[in-house]
Amino acid sequence: MKLARVVGTVVSTVKDENMQGKKILLVRALDASGQVTGEPFVALDSVGAGVGEDVFYARGKEGSFPWHPQPVPSDASIVGILDPFNFPTRESHTGTEGTQK
Amino acid sequence: MIIGRVIDELVSTQKGEYFHGQKLLLVQPLDLNETDMDEAVLAIDGADAGIGDRVLLVQDGFAAMHVLGQFQVPVDAAVIGVIDQIDFFDRQN
Repeated sequence: MKLARVVGTVVSTVKDENMQGKKILLVRALDASGQVTGEPFVALDSVGAGVGEDVFYARGKEGSFPWHPQPVPSDASIVGILDPFNFPTRESHTGTEGTQK
Repeated sequence: MIIGRVIDELVSTQKGEYFHGQKLLLVQPLDLNETDMDEAVLAIDGADAGIGDRVLLVQDGFAAMHVLGQFQVPVDAAVIGVIDQIDFFDRQN
């Protein structure tokens, strides 16, 4: 799995029917010391993650397995939320950046 | 497989139930002179590895599922061995 921080949400009403009812989140990769790196990308949430939380996600074909056997067409799905104190050097992050409409 | 070093053990209370009872190791991939390479990977522990150990890391779901003994679960990385020694004979010299 890879580490990421949830930095936003995505709303999509017209989508593959197997995506119905699943939360779509915007995430950025985390490096080993808990700093965000790289460009935001989209991951499906299977554990109730929220903006500002550090998470880990499964990639590739495993992305659809949280909902197995439902054929969910996801290649990145959040499968766990890291407890807050894992990265001691990290200041508390509230994730209040602006939202693009 | 690739060679990596366990740099941390991460705690996650809220996670998929297929992770219950699994230790989650943060592994930093290494090149042969042990300098960091690529992003750190979070892997389930299939070899009782500890922080600081050099390990064998597999980054494929099917292999990781063998470690877990469960299939069709969203686990895509596992530590499958602790490395004692690496001998590397460079063919160029």
